[in-house]
Amino acid sequence: MAEISHSLASRSAKARAGIFGDIRAALKPMRTEGAAATVVDDRIARHPRNLVPARANLPQPEQVALFIAKATEVMTSVERVASASDVPKAIADYLKGKNLAPELRLAPDPRLSAIPWDRQPTLALTSGHARDRDATSVTGAVAGIAETGTLMMMSGPGAPITLNFMPDNHIVIMDPSRIVGSYEDGWDVARTRDGGAMPRAVNFITGPSRTADIEQQLQLGAHGPRNLHIILVDQLDRGDQGPSESDGSSA
Amino acid sequence: MHPTSHDFKDNARRALDDVHLQTVMGVFRGGFVDKRKRAMERLPEFDQLRDQARDLKNHILENLDHYLERFEAKVVENGGQVHWCRTPAEARETVLELCRAADAKTVSKGKSMVAEEIGLNDYLEEHGVVPIETDLGEYIIQLRREPPSHIIVPAIHLTKGDVADTFREHHTDLKPDRNLGEARDLVNEARAVLRQKFIAADVGITGANFLIAETGSTVIVTNEGNGDLTQCLPRVHIVVTGLEKVVPTLEDASTLIRLLARSATGQEMSCYTTFSTGPRRAGDLDGPEQFHVVLVDNGRTSLLGTEFHEVLRCIRCGACMNHCPVYNAIGGHAYGWVYPGPIGSVLDPALIGLAEAHHLPNASTFCGRCEAVCPVHIPLPNMMRQWRFRESEQKLSPPALRYGLGFWGFFATKPALYHFGTGIAMTVLGLLGRAKGRFRSLPGAKGWTDTRDMPAPEGGTFQQRWAQRQRKAG
Repeated sequence: MAEISHSLASRSAKARAGIFGDIRAALKPMRTEGAAATVVDDRIARHPRNLVPARANLPQPEQVALFIAKATEVMTSVERVASASDVPKAIADYLKGKNLAPELRLAPDPRLSAIPWDRQPTLALTSGHARDRDATSVTGAVAGIAETGTLMMMSGPGAPITLNFMPDNHIVIMDPSRIVGSYEDGWDVARTRDGGAMPRAVNFITGPSRTADIEQQLQLGAHGPRNLHIILVDQLDRGDQGPSESDGSSA
Repeated sequence: MHPTSHDFKDNARRALDDVHLQTVMGVFRGGFVDKRKRAMERLPEFDQLRDQARDLKNHILENLDHYLERFEAKVVENGGQVHWCRTPAEARETVLELCRAADAKTVSKGKSMVAEEIGLNDYLEEHGVVPIETDLGEYIIQLRREPPSHIIVPAIHLTKGDVADTFREHHTDLKPDRNLGEARDLVNEARAVLRQKFIAADVGITGANFLIAETGSTVIVTNEGNGDLTQCLPRVHIVVTGLEKVVPTLEDASTLIRLLARSATGQEMSCYTTFSTGPRRAGDLDGPEQFHVVLVDNGRTSLLGTEFHEVLRCIRCGACMNHCPVYNAIGGHAYGWVYPGPIGSVLDPALIGLAEAHHLPNASTFCGRCEAVCPVHIPLPNMMRQWRFRESEQKLSPPALRYGLGFWGFFATKPALYHFGTGIAMTVLGLLGRAKGRFRSLPGAKGWTDTRDMPAPEGGTFQQRWAQRQRKAG
């Protein structure tokens, strides 16, 4: 932790005392003292769901279809392949179709390194966090959320989050069994990983980067990826303990 | 930012006469309104979610101290620090000190209305730390040294041509023959320049849309990805935000997230919603080494339990200004401070004082659209009425208006006197206007008749004619 001066700490402590004093004085007439703290602890411990829209309350195969439809709507491209051994060719074709260099920056995720990349010897691979010159990244995802075609990423040794934001093109490899209905379903998945501890960053990603700051005209690739491409790979997680397995803990 | 809200009337006049501004506001009008409507129609539960969001926010405000305590404890548990600040000055000094402790020369910034509120950029710059706004709209107006004119789209008052001119002036290595004619060219130019700034920055400062008590996370919602590059590339991440942003759990944040983008831009979901929890962990290959949350009060706690309590529910979506006929006519700068539109008309007097901002609550026709579209049902018109009441009480409104209203109050609450007086007035006006059926001008009502004719009464007051009608019917 940084060297924070004593004056900064004591000013903060003084402000804190004032703030809490004022809040408690203002709220006193509005509540029964003592009860409030219990209610608060209970809500945090149980983290009950509020209303979850019915839209994604579907059997899993239909959630996959909804995910694809919603992702496509926000200009994410999605394709589906039968197995991990089809991934190298799918990526090589994708890059060729977009006239992009066959160079990939891979997340150091064991699931990605297990892909038989040597089937496409033209692909040049490096692995690690993103660097400014990396044009195309390949990462996994913890879950797909059907209600809005959203990817859920969690940072970790096998998932450097710069890969989600720096390169012009971001390719995501995910087993379709990871697609769930709602954000709340996504949090349920998150809570089963790593003892439920929040990683440094959770990213919900819904389409490629965009801006409409100039005359309200939509432009893709404001700062993050211009292209977001998802390859759904059936049976990718086969042999895992399912999505609850702590991804990337062994980088 | 130095407020000019006291000059609201002149500001608004100038805005209405400003041909350039009127052209861009013409482009703005309706865009977000239609998109929000479509997004709402696609989510049948939208109104139920709004009711739940209102109740959730009320619950949070009633337990604000407890949720803030839980949030703080979790931030610390995850290796971060919380800094409490009562005033803008305290918040500025805290951020500067954190930047100095990190030996920072440049700072990249994600969009933060609270940073605008505390005047952070100017202060850092005066003290030798260079802040660089990275949201495209914020970057453009930073180069132009202008305040934002909208809380979501800060450069809405500018055209492509304005932006191109700004880049040519400030990006000195731009070749003269470089084409900047289209929005695409401008976005590419800004992207290239800002990418190097992200990489060079020692500290990244973002705001927060939500703070989560359950996990000690701060949440930002963006479309560009600038807020994420701001927090994952520099060594230090500082979050500057208002203390009313705390929510209990990840589930509660999810409910509000469903409302935020739909209300703001009509998107179902913004591109990037990021939950940041502490500094980088052992084994992480990227992310900041330090995580600081600067919680700013700046008058917020003083609103608790008052007639303005409910404004603290605001999630800063901007729907109220998008739907406001006054905002749509004059744009954001005329309001003269950080928050324009209906939310500004209620918040600004609370944050910078009624003496400075007393005109703003009058900048409303009370059409009620702001309240009707608010995702957390803030009764904005009623709050503006409360400010008008205080304005009159504190004698900030013109004496003629106060005496006039005082006289009207006396007159209108005495039915006999009222019927007698209006009876005479209508008879006299009816006789005088008989020939033409209208008046081109009326003494004492010049403001009205300058731009339109006053129709002459056709005989009798409304009450008299109503009584007649009832008698006939009976």
